[in-house]
Amino acid sequence: MSTRPPVDDWATDFDHLDPRWIENPYPIWQELRETCPIAHTERFRGVYFPSRYEDVRAVAYDTEHFSSRRIIVRETPPPRIPAPPITSDPPEHRPAKNLLLPAFTPDAIKRYEQHTREICGKLIARFAGKSGCDAAVDYAQEIPVRVIAVMLGLPEEEGDRFRTWIHEILELGITRPDILMKAIGETTKYFQAEVEKRRDAPRDDLISQLAAATIDGQPITEDHLLGALRLILIAGIDTTWSAIGACFWHLARQPEDRKRLVNEPALIPTAVEEFLRAYAPVTMAREVIKETTINGCPMQPGHMVLLSFPAANRDPRMFPDADRVVIDRKENRHAAFGLGIHRCIGSNLARMEIKVALEEWLKRIPDFRLDPAATVTWSEGTVRGPRKLPVLFG
Amino acid sequence: MPKLKVKVDPERCQGHARCAALAPELFKLDELGNAHEIGDGSVPDALAEKAWLAKANCPELAIDVIEDKA
Repeated sequence: MSTRPPVDDWATDFDHLDPRWIENPYPIWQELRETCPIAHTERFRGVYFPSRYEDVRAVAYDTEHFSSRRIIVRETPPPRIPAPPITSDPPEHRPAKNLLLPAFTPDAIKRYEQHTREICGKLIARFAGKSGCDAAVDYAQEIPVRVIAVMLGLPEEEGDRFRTWIHEILELGITRPDILMKAIGETTKYFQAEVEKRRDAPRDDLISQLAAATIDGQPITEDHLLGALRLILIAGIDTTWSAIGACFWHLARQPEDRKRLVNEPALIPTAVEEFLRAYAPVTMAREVIKETTINGCPMQPGHMVLLSFPAANRDPRMFPDADRVVIDRKENRHAAFGLGIHRCIGSNLARMEIKVALEEWLKRIPDFRLDPAATVTWSEGTVRGPRKLPVLFG
Repeated sequence: MPKLKVKVDPERCQGHARCAALAPELFKLDELGNAHEIGDGSVPDALAEKAWLAKANCPELAIDVIEDKA
């Protein structure tokens, strides 16, 4: 964790790397929602922070004034690192997204469900006989990395390497451009080699499929291909790992909810939507490219906007009892996967993984709680989730 | 009881797929994962609650439930 100058006033000097924000941002956001719904900081060369659902939606829908060419707030802007379609604006966005969508529909994702169950079962078998485990390290972080590896056609054992890159790109890279560029260079090289292996002998995997992809009859450029592959690797791992971890953090502390899901597994998909609402892991960003006003707040070109779907999801104007987790919440238009054209491509994959991770664990380990002697730690920056989550069984 | 019809606005739908999960009898997804009402969108009486549920969970406000007064 980097050392940050202390924040005196969240409305005019917020810092999303501040330890208080990382530990428990929700009271800060609620105060801002009522006192200054669009906060601003001079840190990171100027960033706005809308905390109300309607304002987050307005920015997400407005691709004329807000660009996705930078989607992570960093201390110093690095050279452009395209990862289409997440970094694309209209009109390039749509064809780049359509290229990936068919591989991520609910039906396409079903092919991986049985394999995901087997992954979960094997992980649980490693610790089920013990007195407890770290639900983030031993379970949550191991699931998405393996499923993505299978989809891309990469060895499942490469998890440590992939997680190191993600940590360097999404966390350390916020303040250390040297670490960021090193990790980007390594992923590029890695995928170049994997694409090369498939050029002459395509396999039944997503890398082969994308390597052969065309837009308007033209093969996609190597930059586009490598950017899209890097996106799938990075966006599909610590996001879902964080979401799974947050579910277990909740259930370890709320025995009533845990017992209910053990007894009513059919409620799990509904509960997953509520966990996604209350503990949405992903905060995106936009760059202001044309002067505009959101909810009366003028926004200057060159500044960034933190697009906090987690904050939108806790807005009591949109969700009654927003800070309470209601696992059978019926009306739940949460924005955990974003709003507008950049809706998360992996949303169906993430839902499947979270649901299966809960089902398989609750079947075998119905009773667990936080280890009172241990500390839960949270990631910082773009993706929020538990990184250490020691639990005791029984 | 008025007859209901569901309608997905293809301009607004972004493929969150909530409707197809909540009311698979009323919505189907195309090859990109975007939703469409099945047939002419007519909602059998027994599925009225599911139609409203799908509308209430669409993050893009892309679903209309129309009450057919005729």
